[in-house]
Amino acid sequence: MSDRQPEHYVAPIEDATVEVDALKLKERKSNLWLDAWRDLRRRVLFYAALLVVLVVLTMAIAPTLFTDVSPTLGCQLTNSNGASIAGHPMGFTRQGCDVFARVVWGARTSLSVGILVVVITAVIGIPMGAIAGFFGGKLDSLLSRIGDIFFSIPYFLAAVVVMSVLGQYRSVWVIALAIGGFAWASLARILRAEVLQVKNSDYVMASEAVGRGRMATLLSHVLPNSLTPVIVTLTIALGAAIVAEASLSFLGLGLNSNVMSWGQDISQAQSSIRTAPMALVWPSVMLTVTVLAFIVLGELIRDALDPKSRARR
Amino acid sequence: MTSEQLSTQNTTREADVLVQDNRYVDPSKPLVEIRDLEIEFTTQGGTVKALKGVSFDIFPGETVAIVGESGSGKSTTAHGIINLLPDNGKITGGQVLFEGEDLTTAKKSELYRVRGRDIGFVPQDPMSNLNPVWSVGFQVREAIRANGIASSKKDVNARAIEVLKEAGLRDAEHRMAQYPHQFSGGMRQRVLIGIGLAAHPKLLIADEPTSALDVTVQRVILDHLEALTRERNAALLLITHDLGLAAERATKLIVMYQGKIVEAGPSKKILQDPQHPYTKRLIESAPSLASQRISGAKVTHVGESGIDVADIAATHEDARAKQDITPVIEVNDLTKVYSIRKGNFKSTPLTAVDAISFKIPRGTTLALVGESGSGKTTAAKMVLGLEKPTSGEIILDGTNLSGISKKDLFAVRRKMQPVFQDPYGSLDPQRSIGAIIGEPLKVHKVGDAASRKARIKELLDQVSMPAEVADRYPNELSGGQRQRVAVARALALKPDIVVLDEAVSALDVLVQAQILQLLADLQSELGLTYLFITHDLAVVRVVADEIAVMENGKIVETGTADAIFDNAQVEYTQKLLEAIPGAGIDWIE
Repeated sequence: MSDRQPEHYVAPIEDATVEVDALKLKERKSNLWLDAWRDLRRRVLFYAALLVVLVVLTMAIAPTLFTDVSPTLGCQLTNSNGASIAGHPMGFTRQGCDVFARVVWGARTSLSVGILVVVITAVIGIPMGAIAGFFGGKLDSLLSRIGDIFFSIPYFLAAVVVMSVLGQYRSVWVIALAIGGFAWASLARILRAEVLQVKNSDYVMASEAVGRGRMATLLSHVLPNSLTPVIVTLTIALGAAIVAEASLSFLGLGLNSNVMSWGQDISQAQSSIRTAPMALVWPSVMLTVTVLAFIVLGELIRDALDPKSRARR
Repeated sequence: MTSEQLSTQNTTREADVLVQDNRYVDPSKPLVEIRDLEIEFTTQGGTVKALKGVSFDIFPGETVAIVGESGSGKSTTAHGIINLLPDNGKITGGQVLFEGEDLTTAKKSELYRVRGRDIGFVPQDPMSNLNPVWSVGFQVREAIRANGIASSKKDVNARAIEVLKEAGLRDAEHRMAQYPHQFSGGMRQRVLIGIGLAAHPKLLIADEPTSALDVTVQRVILDHLEALTRERNAALLLITHDLGLAAERATKLIVMYQGKIVEAGPSKKILQDPQHPYTKRLIESAPSLASQRISGAKVTHVGESGIDVADIAATHEDARAKQDITPVIEVNDLTKVYSIRKGNFKSTPLTAVDAISFKIPRGTTLALVGESGSGKTTAAKMVLGLEKPTSGEIILDGTNLSGISKKDLFAVRRKMQPVFQDPYGSLDPQRSIGAIIGEPLKVHKVGDAASRKARIKELLDQVSMPAEVADRYPNELSGGQRQRVAVARALALKPDIVVLDEAVSALDVLVQAQILQLLADLQSELGLTYLFITHDLAVVRVVADEIAVMENGKIVETGTADAIFDNAQVEYTQKLLEAIPGAGIDWIE
């Protein structure tokens, strides 16, 4: 040990103005959602994905804006598998119907199935996950086991079975129920895990100390703070549901053949894939681009809602 | 001097034979010279200069303490010395000369050799710095092998047992096979210190080694650390936010503020005769045993009843003289028994709170003091109605809360509001500050939208925050400001009692002093009664009128603040008081 006395150093006094806990407000308000929105607005990919989604949405709501050719009436077998001609940019199907018109009109089915599945998934999955996570105990065990049962059944397989059994009732609603009714369990799991974390926050305790009831606390504080993964999961699930509908239709287990859907068209076009591949390619491209747009959107939202990933970029 | 001469320093214990201690240390030359060290962090908002030119020396065998608030750059300095910064951090200037070799420009391989072997590091959080999936022994052996102290399996094992024994583990051979979760926080920190010292480094850097631990454990750990470093003539760089602790343990004190050193020198001298205004302020604000109770100054506020003509001469003493004789809250034989589930479908009872009784007269502060696991927070939760007592009664303003209907309990909640410890967790991040403060009003359906808005403004004024904060969200506020908002929320319903559960423990000294002053002001202004739950006896000194000391769920001693601090009767209380860092030092007052 040295007996050296350290010298006394004092920084120039004017250097430090002691400011205790000065309030530094930013120019703009900021919270998780505002910051996420500001982040999204700066990303090109977000606009690209949003554009695709909006175009498909418009197609679904008002197909006549895109084409005045009927997809079902006026199909002439003389045009069977015909190449593109003026007024019919994508050519004709085997039945002689206009491919472009069918692609445009098919968006309605795909999108309504996608949206319905998401609604059904959310309506079942969010209460199941939130209640299981928040109240815990025996209720959690019960709800989680129910979820596990559904989780253990692959939702696509279940949908195949349901659609085969309910062959005569095929409609957009039934197919959405068949997919959504078995797909909610993963959402419930994700939400439950998030709720378990959020419910231990002091602000939840503070809310209860004020006298807010358990359920009111869940709705006003816990759920809003657990929604991030739910939104991401649901956006991606929308894409997955469109794929599921197309797959079921392709297998002949989807909607009736008189309903237009991309899956249906892909299925019907496969017999003439060698002679007229474009009748198969166009609906497939549309399907892929739409699904991709939703998945990219989900990923972008996930990134934007995560301050850590924002900092990394 | 040759290496042979120096190795006579070594004790004859087997452990030291395993270490090839052929490194020569010249006591008159600095071991580490830090020159104009600058470190930058890249963040979302651009680059932040964390260190703006820091220079100091550490001599062999010397204990140096860096003191500062969060964000002062004290931890960054520690990490900068061994060039172990997070990915977004970079040394942008200056030198770190370790025995003449510049570590800022050293190769990776060179750094690996120096880290652990020449410079040991004890990290801050014992709970997260041991890998939970590996046994403690494995992690010690890993460190020994990485530092090249021993290579054969037998030697490594023998040295690992040595290390754990030195760390104070009694049956080290058996406990080696155990996992971190089977160790208490204090034991884990001992293991980390053991690992840090395993290679007999010339310098040990300890970054807040005891902040997560109870004072009594802290004391034991620091004594141990001191003994081990002295025994080996290792230099110790202690990073801490606690002035008292720094002064007690270190010969040289470095005070940092905003990435710069504002004052450095002999510990006692700085503590007793600080020169820099920041140091002066820091020392004045640090609560210690020599401090006095903060008395609230009555502040004139523009309230709903117009201008409140405050009697400025009314001191706290007067308020106490006027207080009601009937206690505003009374707790009798309050008990909480938890059943701890065991693997075999059975459960064992755990008495968290064991028949505690206390009363708090109106307008005064009772501090419930205890270490972690003493049951103080469970007691607070029961008082707040967040936990159901197993037995016992809570009488609030004459109303017995046990067996009360839900509706009545809802009404009673207005009289009692909490402020919690974690300023970052107690405000809903998705609500605006105004909505957070107004929530109690909304839940209890007080007033209409306009009057609520006015009340929110008034409350913000009471906690000295500008009204425009109401539209903002918690993420823009610092810890101290968030805690002000939490206080405003607690006051929204004009309660009689505020339960402060470690409400200032997470704050820096200066901010803590501000909040404590605010609480004292509000108490004398509004006649509030505080139940102050804390582990920090120095803080208790400045806030409490009466003190109840808890140990293992029981209240072991109660009395007025003066009586407890001047003349504690129970051994446990005495032990707690002695363990307060800096207790034996003369502070300027």
